[in-house]
Amino acid sequence: MLGILGLATWSPYVVGVAIGLLVCLSLLLSDRPIGCSTAFVKTCGLIEKAFRGKNVEGTEYYREIPPRVDWQFMILPGIVTGAFISSILSGVFRPEWIPSLWQATFGGDVYLRIGVAILGGILLGIGARWAGGCTSGHGISGTLQLSVASMISAACFFIGGILTAMTLFSLGG
Amino acid sequence: MDLAALHRDERSQAIIGLLIGIVFGFLLQKGAVTYYEVIMGQLLLTNFTVVKVMLSAVLAGMIGFFLLKRRGMVRPHIRQGSIGSNVVGGLIFGAGFALLGYCPGTVAGAVGQGNLDALFGGVVGLILGAGIFSRMYPSISRGILKKGSFRSGTLPDLLRMKEQTVIVLMAIGILLVLGGLELLRL
Repeated sequence: MLGILGLATWSPYVVGVAIGLLVCLSLLLSDRPIGCSTAFVKTCGLIEKAFRGKNVEGTEYYREIPPRVDWQFMILPGIVTGAFISSILSGVFRPEWIPSLWQATFGGDVYLRIGVAILGGILLGIGARWAGGCTSGHGISGTLQLSVASMISAACFFIGGILTAMTLFSLGG
Repeated sequence: MDLAALHRDERSQAIIGLLIGIVFGFLLQKGAVTYYEVIMGQLLLTNFTVVKVMLSAVLAGMIGFFLLKRRGMVRPHIRQGSIGSNVVGGLIFGAGFALLGYCPGTVAGAVGQGNLDALFGGVVGLILGAGIFSRMYPSISRGILKKGSFRSGTLPDLLRMKEQTVIVLMAIGILLVLGGLELLRL
């Protein structure tokens, strides 16, 4: 059994089917689709609460998404833990500052990579909340419920992503 | 088992959230979609792993959800969308997706497998982005987010077709795309 758990990668179809069934399990046990972007709103709210106290409850968005350590928050440390276990079992865990494809295209400047990653993260955070979901929330959970808004969001994630990636990598040569 | 009582029990739910996250993170890492190269490969159209994982998840989940819903064991969670929210937000998301090379779920998985750019770039950026959005929200929530509302919530509604028919058509479409990707060796 550890043989399978120790493999570096599984077939994308096996992984996909398992994720689809996991969304069903989540709807069954928690009455919630799987989504990840709300966790970042909660994290931000919790950090602000630590510095500004109760004041944050005056922020309209935090009344809709209360900064609490609940299901939607806990999924985030869960994902980190699950990926850590998987990468340890297969021996691929490795601390790394710059992904190899980035290094080969844009060089080994750590500040450049982190700067662009922060900018990307900011846009991702704004975009996910603007669209009301992310690749998991809209792309998988919403689409499998046949939600029109989710399918259109997912299409736009990839349209925006492909256009930006092609432009970025044409700059890198 | 009383599911409604389980749904209301916040402590149990926090633990279930953690456990579902662990399985989800494990699967994302095993599926290799936590790697920068795999996600950028998808956006540069040279590696279709992300699409394969997403479409097979939709295929299995769509059928599972339909069967559970028919037995009254799950209820749909669908929000009415709009061009101002889903198209504009989706395109902003896409730009961030390509610059970062991870999405909000896979960035957490990348942190777990050791990617420090995902932690000090991606997670930091996402928290900042969420904070910026919370400041913008009061001024856009009644404006652009509501512009161009979609008339239908679900695809069967939009196409005026039975849910079963739409599911069969979607399943055939997904299998054709996945089969095509394999034939083209993508």
